[in-house]
Amino acid sequence: MTRQELIDAYRLRWKRRRHLWRSVRKRRQLRNLTDRTGAIKPGAILCFSTVRNEAVRLPYFLAHHRRLGVDHFLMVVNGSDDGTRELLEAQPDVSLWETDASYRLSRFGVDWLTWLMIRHGHGHWCLTLDADEILIYPYWESRPLPALTGWLDQIGEPSMGAMMLDMYPKGPVDGSNYAPGQDPTEVLGWFDAGNYRITRQMPAENLWIQGGPRARMFFAAEPERAPTLNKIPLVRWHRRYAYVNSTHSLLPKRLNQIYDWEGGEKPSGLLLHTKFLNTIVARSAEEQARAEHFNNSALYDDYYDALQQAPDLWTPFSTRYRGWRHLEALGLMSRGGWP
Amino acid sequence: MSSTVGIVMLVHTALGRAEQVARHWAAAGCPVVIHVDKNVSHKVYSAFTHRLGDVDNVLFSRRHRCEWGMWGIVAASQDAAELMLRRFPDVRHVYLASGSCLPLRPVQELVEYLADRPRTDFIESATTADVPWTVGGFDEERFTLRFPFSWKKRRKAFDGYVALQRALRLKRRIPKGIVPHMGSQWWCLTRQTLSAILEDPDRAEFDGYFKRVWIPDESYFQTLARLYSSNIESRSLTLSKFDFQGKPHIFYDDHLQLLRRSDCFVARKIWPHADRLYDAFLTDPAIAMKQTEPNPGKIDRIFAKAVDRRVKGRPGLYMQSRFPRTDWENGVTSGDYSVFEGFAELFEDWDDWLSRATGARVHGHLYAPERAEFAGGASIISGALPDSAALRDANPKAFLTNLIWNTRGERQIFQYGPGDNPDLGWTLAKDPNAQISVISGAWAVPLFKSNRNFGDLRKEAAELQRIESEHLKQLQSPWTKARVRIWTMAEFVESPMEPLQTVIDEIGQKGLRRLGEAPKMADLAGFGQFLQNLKNQGMHPYLMGDFPVDRGLNKQPPKPRRPYLVK
Repeated sequence: MTRQELIDAYRLRWKRRRHLWRSVRKRRQLRNLTDRTGAIKPGAILCFSTVRNEAVRLPYFLAHHRRLGVDHFLMVVNGSDDGTRELLEAQPDVSLWETDASYRLSRFGVDWLTWLMIRHGHGHWCLTLDADEILIYPYWESRPLPALTGWLDQIGEPSMGAMMLDMYPKGPVDGSNYAPGQDPTEVLGWFDAGNYRITRQMPAENLWIQGGPRARMFFAAEPERAPTLNKIPLVRWHRRYAYVNSTHSLLPKRLNQIYDWEGGEKPSGLLLHTKFLNTIVARSAEEQARAEHFNNSALYDDYYDALQQAPDLWTPFSTRYRGWRHLEALGLMSRGGWP
Repeated sequence: MSSTVGIVMLVHTALGRAEQVARHWAAAGCPVVIHVDKNVSHKVYSAFTHRLGDVDNVLFSRRHRCEWGMWGIVAASQDAAELMLRRFPDVRHVYLASGSCLPLRPVQELVEYLADRPRTDFIESATTADVPWTVGGFDEERFTLRFPFSWKKRRKAFDGYVALQRALRLKRRIPKGIVPHMGSQWWCLTRQTLSAILEDPDRAEFDGYFKRVWIPDESYFQTLARLYSSNIESRSLTLSKFDFQGKPHIFYDDHLQLLRRSDCFVARKIWPHADRLYDAFLTDPAIAMKQTEPNPGKIDRIFAKAVDRRVKGRPGLYMQSRFPRTDWENGVTSGDYSVFEGFAELFEDWDDWLSRATGARVHGHLYAPERAEFAGGASIISGALPDSAALRDANPKAFLTNLIWNTRGERQIFQYGPGDNPDLGWTLAKDPNAQISVISGAWAVPLFKSNRNFGDLRKEAAELQRIESEHLKQLQSPWTKARVRIWTMAEFVESPMEPLQTVIDEIGQKGLRRLGEAPKMADLAGFGQFLQNLKNQGMHPYLMGDFPVDRGLNKQPPKPRRPYLVK
């Protein structure tokens, strides 16, 4: 190790400890509503999520990930008034916490979830998602999560990446209706196949991926501000691990090695991002007013303004969603040696 | 009547599936001896034996602790095989299987297949010199060093002891009369061979030796069978596939058709929750007996492809789980493309002419300052790649690799020059897929044609010449992997057709043929004087070669000169 590497390693170690300590303190902001964590068996696959007013998305979110093999959901509901809380309380496999504290100051919910993961995630494969993210991966229809995590254990991979893929409709984003429980890809049937750019970030050695329809529509003048798309949602958790920046990267840094950098392909999935349902228009106005989604929200006023105009993200070069084999052939995800 | 085939099953997990498969074998008349790993708790073990109590041709052998790479697995196989031979005198072949093995064909087909080959031992067995499949070192050394420590549990002791033996040059003596062989641990041996191994007067010596060999379950029977067998078929009847780390691939529900196609008798490992596979293969099918040979080769390609994708990946693809560092790309881009520098400046109808001549997609200056000049003036192309200069310049290499990846199967051509984003230079130079043709100094033609103040022109000419000169150094560096051709403008205008023909032929889109028409060259009358004026102002344009002041077009007889090909 060089001197610089030692310094970096030392800094990252303390950064991780700082994050963990933050989370331990933030536990007081959480109020438990239903605790079914006693039902969690060794080897169970857990899903962690912070949600706010997601009654529209949650029925499909829960059904999809249940089908994949999530055994238990541990969720934090943050100031909702649309029935989200009641919906979640009624689920037999959800443990629920509530808080009215600031989402932004909780590092966009990560502090709360980190605490729950310290308590309940240790030793389990944990999936950390937002309610507008639908995880898919190669063979997901025939091989549920226990097959995937069992294989990841066998080949010695402690984590797997899944980039966010922004899904959008053809026509203005408020043009089509979505019924709760419906497969969102029926409404949001399109995506950008080949306009992503990647850099490798030091010292945590995670990739930074930007691109997609939001970069092309709203950030063409300021590419650096375009949303970050890389995510590492699936990790065999240890209580000393910590997500750094949403689920974009985590520490210790070896967990960010979800890519091969000698030419090969590691396995990866995708998070189908259902942000652009017709609810986006009203929601953008609300988020803009709340200023809870970006650290310097004022810089994103143009973005919110544009979203409230119900833009059409579709182009003749958009690609139609046709399932995972197609996405894999396009190079957006990879089976990475899993035949 | 008891069958002539006996099954020895080594089980350590997913006991429910093991029970299901054991019942399947037993129901077809095959006696089964099960060895359950001692790591399985007594409670679970007794429940398991109790559940199988109703099947009278299923027995349980003495339990050993089985750990990967250690002797326990061999000891377990020995005891179970002895029990099998002693208790079931009709058995002629003993088939070694694991709890995660699944019979793919009706048991009767296996029985008949083996009955037709009563003296054949099916055991993969090759000398260390001949096997490519040892992953993680230790091919010769696994027989000449001692391995008393568990690789999984005591890695430091394992590594340390290996290092020590190497340092001291300690070597074990291989017992007389044996030649170490290796192969898949899943075999099927005849009673004759197996009993000869188990009853060998020297067995104590052999066992003592193999107890300290690395992964003896891949070499004990494989070596000793060579001593006694009259007829070894060096292959396993069990289908198993391995990944690049040497770990067995697991079969899932979606492999159903693939497994059927293989015509193999038994496959491993099966994922315990692959309900569809267990349902499909364990329900007794009333189909006609097939006489086909097992043919694992039929499905090899799929597994080879998986390994290839993990190790080499798809050339030219950059994505979340494949991000090769610079110079490890295994192909910077995913396909051939062409870059022309100076041609669009020298010829008036260059883009149109080139797309007629090649049939490829001809873009303008993709790295122009204002926007990416996509073919036909499009603002967005395949993959929803937009023409925004800011997005492009945020990562010029990604823009190129995306473009080439998005248009796989269709050759791309674009123009490039000193007025464009210079950050792409090295990427182009180091890419073997790039065909780069340069007319150096041709950037002066638009200046010559323009109606601007000479002072500005002089300044811009100096700047462009500096940039192009840097770029030409890149293209001629020892690291260059692109196919590069460079002509000075003076050389090129003397005989443009021959170099054009060479480059177009290499693109090779429309098959070899002569170019019918020439592109229309800009009128260069007075160009020599223009260059002289620059010189007179103290700016020496040299990249375009030697243009005499009075020289127009075709005033001198063309000198035949070949273009030079850098690499």
